[in-house]
Amino acid sequence: MTTIIATTSAPARRRKLVGAGRRQWIGLLYVAPAVALVTVFFIIPLGMTAWMSLHNWPLMGAHSFIGLDNYWAILRDNRFWNALRFTGYYTVIVTIAIFAVAFPLALFIERPRQLTGFYRTSFFMPAVVGFASASLLWSWLLNVDSGLFSPAAFELGLTEKKVNLLATFQPAFWSIIAMVVWKVAGFTMIILMTGLQSIPPDLQEAAMIDGAGPFARFRAITLPLMRRTLALALILSVAGSVLAFDQFYIILRGGPRNQTLTAVYWIFNQSFVSFKLGYGAALSMILLVILVALSLVQLWLLRKPEGVD
Amino acid sequence: MARARSRGSRLWLGLAEHATGIVASLLFLAPIVWTVLSAFKPAGEARLPPLPPWPTTGFSVENYATLNTFGDGLWLPAQNSLYVSVMTVVFSVIVGVLAGYGFSRFRFPFKDALFIVILSTIMIPFQSILTPIFLVLTKIGLHNTLTGLVCVYVTLQLPFSIFMMRNAFDAVPREIEEAARMDGANNVTMLLKVMLPLVWPGIVTIALFAFLGAWNEFLAALVLMTDQSKFTLPIMMTALQSGRFGAIDWGAVQAGVTVMMVPCLILFLLLQRFYIRGLMAGAIK
Repeated sequence: MTTIIATTSAPARRRKLVGAGRRQWIGLLYVAPAVALVTVFFIIPLGMTAWMSLHNWPLMGAHSFIGLDNYWAILRDNRFWNALRFTGYYTVIVTIAIFAVAFPLALFIERPRQLTGFYRTSFFMPAVVGFASASLLWSWLLNVDSGLFSPAAFELGLTEKKVNLLATFQPAFWSIIAMVVWKVAGFTMIILMTGLQSIPPDLQEAAMIDGAGPFARFRAITLPLMRRTLALALILSVAGSVLAFDQFYIILRGGPRNQTLTAVYWIFNQSFVSFKLGYGAALSMILLVILVALSLVQLWLLRKPEGVD
Repeated sequence: MARARSRGSRLWLGLAEHATGIVASLLFLAPIVWTVLSAFKPAGEARLPPLPPWPTTGFSVENYATLNTFGDGLWLPAQNSLYVSVMTVVFSVIVGVLAGYGFSRFRFPFKDALFIVILSTIMIPFQSILTPIFLVLTKIGLHNTLTGLVCVYVTLQLPFSIFMMRNAFDAVPREIEEAARMDGANNVTMLLKVMLPLVWPGIVTIALFAFLGAWNEFLAALVLMTDQSKFTLPIMMTALQSGRFGAIDWGAVQAGVTVMMVPCLILFLLLQRFYIRGLMAGAIK
């Protein structure tokens, strides 16, 4: 390339550079639609959220600047903190439950044998169904009269009468956990499988020859070499759970007795049921800070190991 | 002797593994199969607990007919969902391919900054900016329109679409392009005739994710579509399941859930390869 430029005469070179320059500017045209969409439907709304959070902003009528008053109100908003606490509790439990199911599944399908393709596809099927569809499906299965679980337990003689699983906190909460694990485990399994497959098989073999048992191999080879994959699966699960809404809205409507209102659910109620748009925006800013912090943790966990490309 | 026993125990181990695999597969498939089968029960039977899951008094499509009598029926929300999903696919592909090509093959001012800004929107939960999105749509006259919803969905898909397409274009050797340019191809023919045939697996992947994302999305549609005639399937079915149209007809819910699930399952089974490729791209990065 340098030799070609060096041998062309000066005017020709200038023409070529100008032409190349114009061609490069055309790149902006190609990315313009994407930039426009992101600006109008993401960057501007993001700025507006921050701006609105400083206002008393009803749906109808004029809005007024109130400084940080919305944020002071949040400090005293016990129901928001309860929702946030519940979201945290749910996130921890559901993430543990998902990994407890997804890791054995990943180990199971990672080894090639007959029918592996069928097993993998079966485990993954619920993951392509939407959360709303899955929630509607399970709200039927969990229904006390027309559903599956309560009548089946009653018919089998496990319970003396049909128990309404959605009437009290504990059975309702664990029903949601079961539904989410059913829906998400296959997804986490595939992510973990990619990590397992990236471990060189000769490493496992060498350890086996050295007399390391399966548990020792898992601890000394599998886990450390899967650090980045584990971190990714973990963050995806945590971020998804912190933003949980569909299943609690569709199956439980936040009940029983508002005990399963999540953070997003509370923001939804404030913004689109009570129409306190400014207050909802302030709550959204808190949520946003939490998620960005999680993303930064993710970037740190996913950093390339030192000395390795 | 010892050889024979070890072969025997290996056989047992294999059988035990397959037994585990089959039981686990059934557990994951059961809720889906249960719903699809139960939806074909006559209305009277669909009200009862689904034991057994298949219809015992004859196959019937009564539940679908009943579902069609609620609100604006089954077809309107199904059409809305289909329209929104197909348009999201079309525009995600157009915008994603153009931007992927632009970011891969050109140098222009602020290129890296723009790329990073677009990709980092993935860190911000869209749930936290729904109110302003609602106000922006009102401002530009797309409030309560399916077009407005498509704009939002395309934007939400953009980081993934652009990331995928940029990688796809990056993988095309520059020599191919230079050869085509020698033959007098301009930018547009280059993209359409030379590049597209080489990056189509990436296009199928982003199309698949765009379709599933739009078809299944719930919260934004719930907030932005306030007019019943604009409801997508998840919103319509949730309204029905919440008793908004009177007593809850669980047979109709089963029928609706089947309509919502089956397109996703078929697309996934047909295009599994592309789906896994998309997941891997996200995971390995």
